Amino acid sequence: MKYLPLLWAGLFRKKTRTILTLLSIFVAFLLFGLLQAVAVAFESGADSADAKRLLTTARYSIIEPLPISYLRQIERVPGVQGVAYADWFGAKYQNESNAFPVFAVDPKRYLDMYPEFLIAPEQREAFIKTRTAAVAGKRLIERFGWKVGQRLPIGSEIHPKADGSMSWEFDLVGALDADDPAVRGNTDVVLINVAFFDEARQSGKGRTGWYIVRIEDSARARAISAAIDAQFTNSPNETKTQPEKEFAIGFAKQIGDIGALVSRILAAVFFTILILTGNTMAQSIRERIPELAILKTIGFSDGRVTVLVLAEAVLLLLLGSGFGMLVATGLLPTLNQATGGRFPPLFVHPSTWLFALGVAVTLALVIGLPPALRARRLKIVDALAGH
Amino acid sequence: MRGLNQVAQITLINLRTIPQRLGTSLVVVIGIAGVVGVLVSVLAMSEGFHHTLASTGRQDRVIILRSGSDSELSSGVARDQATLLPALPGVARDPRGAPLASAEIMVMVDLPRKGRTDPNNVPFRGVQPAAFAIRDELRITAGRPFERGVREVIVGRKASEQFAGLDVGSRIAFRDSDWTVVGIFETGGDVHESEIWGDAEVTMSAFRREGYQSVTARLADGSDAAVAAFRGSVSHDPRFSLTVLREPEYYAKQAKVLSTLINILGYTVATFMAIGATLGALNCMYSAIASRQVEIATLRAIGFSGAPVVISVMIEALLLSALGGAFGGALAYLYCNGASVSTLNFNTFSQVAFDFRVTPALLLQGFLWAVVIGAVGGLFPAIRAARLPVTVALRTL
Repeated sequence: MKYLPLLWAGLFRKKTRTILTLLSIFVAFLLFGLLQAVAVAFESGADSADAKRLLTTARYSIIEPLPISYLRQIERVPGVQGVAYADWFGAKYQNESNAFPVFAVDPKRYLDMYPEFLIAPEQREAFIKTRTAAVAGKRLIERFGWKVGQRLPIGSEIHPKADGSMSWEFDLVGALDADDPAVRGNTDVVLINVAFFDEARQSGKGRTGWYIVRIEDSARARAISAAIDAQFTNSPNETKTQPEKEFAIGFAKQIGDIGALVSRILAAVFFTILILTGNTMAQSIRERIPELAILKTIGFSDGRVTVLVLAEAVLLLLLGSGFGMLVATGLLPTLNQATGGRFPPLFVHPSTWLFALGVAVTLALVIGLPPALRARRLKIVDALAGH
Repeated sequence: MRGLNQVAQITLINLRTIPQRLGTSLVVVIGIAGVVGVLVSVLAMSEGFHHTLASTGRQDRVIILRSGSDSELSSGVARDQATLLPALPGVARDPRGAPLASAEIMVMVDLPRKGRTDPNNVPFRGVQPAAFAIRDELRITAGRPFERGVREVIVGRKASEQFAGLDVGSRIAFRDSDWTVVGIFETGGDVHESEIWGDAEVTMSAFRREGYQSVTARLADGSDAAVAAFRGSVSHDPRFSLTVLREPEYYAKQAKVLSTLINILGYTVATFMAIGATLGALNCMYSAIASRQVEIATLRAIGFSGAPVVISVMIEALLLSALGGAFGGALAYLYCNGASVSTLNFNTFSQVAFDFRVTPALLLQGFLWAVVIGAVGGLFPAIRAARLPVTVALRTL
């Protein structure tokens, strides 16, 4: 610690150069923070998954409906604690298809299944009791300027009403929120009461999209999944049951390997940083050879000089990366506001900070090692004689 | 004239000394190559996606969906309506007088990518015989067309490249049915190449559907007026509640969300990288100048004026960055041109495969970015070199 002023003086010996280097490290880590947030957002479905939840969908395609009679059969499978279900509504709002997902659900079963969704108790009661009720995520309510208590007109692309009309109206009775930012993206949804929906729709009555199953023991997830699917083998509607996490990972993989794309871009960024900063660092040390020789003359050991040079590289990278990550963290809430909740909420996950620290220190060591070794091998006489 | 001569002289000296400063010069080249390489690759992805959707459909073809639907998946056309539509005036006919209209059904089937096990929503289209005459760009590149009434399919080139088990001769199990792949087809790189095609009636019974999802028809006349007239005759007919969309219009809608996302990602990354590279170039040119401070001061002491010094430094920076730009563009071309990827299109909820397309326009764009980075990175160090008083510069010796 007592060498900090010395390191600082060494670093800012040439102000322009160090500031430019710091800025380029800053930009690289700002980009790192932002891109990692995107990757995390795409994979957060898997993070927020509950190990005690299973999803049962039609075996051959998740868009095929399943009979509602499966509810009782799944409930009877040993190890199952509770079952909820949901159906696609296919929303069209203000002429935009799939502006947000709308699911037709049994309110009590669904909200019990997802305790991480926060809703005021009286709103929950209203959702359960009102046949035409709907609840919506808080972010959606803010984005479209809805008010709890208003009529909510939403078109459907899939389900006509009995009179053939595709326009539906619901009573917005409550708002959904979540504490965990990773879960908050899952609340960007409108839930409607299936009681009214199933009665009013023209076709597809008595069917639902998928089942959500809560089990007692997550270690038995595989056995229970197999037991559920076994009930329906060779029926016209075979099922596929899997843990929620596996389903989420599978869905993220459908989008393709976002993670791989992001890491390739970042690899190119950091390679460039490595070259640029490495060159600057080497030059900076070259210019200071006489100074290093003087340090050795006044009694600094070889080891201490090596550590000093390495520490300078570490300090440079930590300053630049810390600042970049801070700005990324600060920028994302504004960015989320600007996109109007159209995309899942982006945020810097704590693990990204650790990752950034690891990258910064590794880069510092790779960059600092060659000049540090050079400083270590330095012969005082030669170094001083050169000038 | 004398000024020009001075510029030439100093530039030559600068360029001849590059080998002595190889490290620093290489850093500029590599840094800029990195930026341009990433920029061109990311934009090539966006370009490829756009090309795939933009090249789908022709002006004289229309797709008919249930009124209010924006995608085939959420649409439904009842059997009786599907039989009435081809008889409408305006629908083109083949030489034997049969209408060029095909009622189609679209389902999703789960297939893993090659070498993976996770299922993906691959679009499966059941078509009527007229589909081939309507989409006459379709070519069977291997095998043969499927036969009517049999569980046979043909597979789009890109689908067969991306997903496992879609080669000619292989059998695939969907639902309780077993299908044989009998051919591979190409449609000029459009979205249909991500699809699997089978006979509409067989598909309908195998997937237990009762109606179609869309009708695609070729019109006798593709002009705006004729399409409007056809649209009018559908919308005024009380038997239908259907929307008529021109194919290009329909597929452009399908691409909206994904292409916005890809563009935002591409330009954000490229902008940040360009800022970083400009800073890097500045740094390198500053150190290049710093190491030649005495040399430059000497030149000025013996009578060279400031302007040629500035210009020569700029020329050096521009040359190095142009080299980096060319190198980066070449890397992007070699590494990813033609590479094929597939992703989930949020609008259609199904997989769409496309190729990276490194076009000459993109290479030029990358090269221009490189030159701009070089110009900005060279300008300030050049001015500084020219401004530094000769006496001060020489005293540092």
